[in-house]
Amino acid sequence: MVFLEFEKPLEELYEQLDKIREVEKGGVVDVSTTIKELENKIRNTRKDIYSNLTGWQRVLLSRHPERPYTLYYIEQMCRKFIELHGDRNFKDDKAIVGGIGNIDGQTMVIIGHQKGVNTKMRQYRNFGMANPEGYRKALRLMKMAERFNLPVVTLIDTMGAYPGIEAEERGQAEAIARNLFEMAKLKVPVVCIVIGEGASGGAIGIGLGDRVYMLENTWYSVISPESCSSILWRSWDYKEQAAEALKLTAEDMMSMGLVDGIIKEPLGGAHSAPEEMAKTLKKHIKKTVAELKELSNEERIAQRIDKYANMGEFDYYEEEVAEETDKKDKSKKKKK
Amino acid sequence: MGWFKRLKDGIQTATQNKKEAPDGLWYKCKSCKETSTMKDLRENYYKCPLCNYHVRIGSHDYFDIIFDGQYEELFSNLIAKDMLEFVDLKPYPQRLQEATKKTGLTDAISVATGKVNRRALVIAAMDFSFIGGSMGSVVGQKIALAIDHCLKTETPFLLISKSGGARMMESAYSLMQMAKTSAKLTQLADAGIPYFSFLTDPTTGGVTASFAMLGDINFAEPEALIGFAGPRVIKETIKRDLPEGFQTSEFLLEHGFLDFIIDRKELKERVSDLLALFAKAG
Ligand SMILES: [Zn+2]
Repeated sequence: MVFLEFEKPLEELYEQLDKIREVEKGGVVDVSTTIKELENKIRNTRKDIYSNLTGWQRVLLSRHPERPYTLYYIEQMCRKFIELHGDRNFKDDKAIVGGIGNIDGQTMVIIGHQKGVNTKMRQYRNFGMANPEGYRKALRLMKMAERFNLPVVTLIDTMGAYPGIEAEERGQAEAIARNLFEMAKLKVPVVCIVIGEGASGGAIGIGLGDRVYMLENTWYSVISPESCSSILWRSWDYKEQAAEALKLTAEDMMSMGLVDGIIKEPLGGAHSAPEEMAKTLKKHIKKTVAELKELSNEERIAQRIDKYANMGEFDYYEEEVAEETDKKDKSKKKKK
Repeated sequence: MGWFKRLKDGIQTATQNKKEAPDGLWYKCKSCKETSTMKDLRENYYKCPLCNYHVRIGSHDYFDIIFDGQYEELFSNLIAKDMLEFVDLKPYPQRLQEATKKTGLTDAISVATGKVNRRALVIAAMDFSFIGGSMGSVVGQKIALAIDHCLKTETPFLLISKSGGARMMESAYSLMQMAKTSAKLTQLADAGIPYFSFLTDPTTGGVTASFAMLGDINFAEPEALIGFAGPRVIKETIKRDLPEGFQTSEFLLEHGFLDFIIDRKELKERVSDLLALFAKAG
């Protein structure tokens, strides 16, 4: 088990538990009540810690080395899945995976960022930071989904699109922009779920959909707290403050109306019970896809564009009322 | 809207002063370091008369260059709102106030409608002098409203980008403007109304990765910095020097992301030609 810094009290309790289990193995003293008490204590401590997480602690959780990634979820959710490779132009990006699969009778195209599970694989996956060909592979698969009327599900988990020379040469910005444009008018249902880190353009590059959900212990922001600290505070030391200021947790995003829902994680985070997490995720995907299929393509696209068109908060400079009165009324309605 | 009300009087006097172009008597070129008179610079479209360096100018300077004299500014009453009560080294409202005081602008984009050699055009132009031309809710909304205006009046759309990217002080609201503007552009495309994206120095981050790269025609001023990641970030990531000319307009043209590069002196004629040719296409 890997413990995060804020899980220290838990780590200590687990150490005690291990010691007592050793004693138990000796078989001389009956320690069963002590073990029970400790287990209770662990449960309560975990509940305490997890009911009061700060923004920064969620960031740490979203990066937990044992946290499940896209391919794990696909494997758990799909009876059949075939991974499909390449953007048909340049390369197969290992930081974004995708393919065609079946979840309880519904075939769909599933795409997601993929991080590596060990040191070697982390390199291989480029730490989940995609190059333009990753976004273009995603788009190719989405256009295929559209041709065969298959829903699209994307799983978001990236600390950003890769900032490299080749990425710029091959048009990182164009690749992300193109995906936003095409996803806005894709004729099939699009469901996007942040399963880990949702950093900036690299995340939203596969993240525009009819429904966008976040797992409970994930974050979504215009910039990582570390980079924000370095730019606005001109130092790397303000990442905790930046994490608070950016309002990047699922709850924050929900209260701003920028995501459509939060998917609960098992107590202790997705990594503490990954199978249970995958079951919950699957249930949400099935339900959402079924709902979205009820709408006609035209309705769905109109609602999707409308949803994004209404994102943003601003005021009006009241002195210039003349011809703007009607617009103001419209915006007031919009704000519910 | 507290931050703006207090500024009201300041704004009205500053309105005549909305231009980013330098003033004074003399101009020292950032590129060749030579000095020329401000009059010569102005008459040369704010390009260095000696080395042709394109000096950074503002939205209203572009309106003056491109439109036939008069133009009408639209949606100028939209102002930013500090939804997140964002405080870094200073509170966001203070940043907004300072930017408005300095520039006479209300946010990092201005929209105007006018004629170019007698053909109608809507221009949205960004101002780098307003918090680095960063994109927040106001920028996104003004672009959305400009697109609605183009749809209603069947007018072509020119968007002049000049931005460091997202406005961090609006966090995810800012990020979602990428989705919002791109989604709105699909409506323009469906209606068959041409969208010209003009990239100027600098155009980076979320602006490049959304509307700036989505033009039917993408074109740029010479030697502008254009990219997704900033050069400093790339250098820190790859831990080696960047090649000469990396992320310039010329680099993007060479790699296939721009249709052409245009000297500011020929900008109006080129826009006018585009309008004429695309009008005939319809
Ligand atoms: Zn010069």
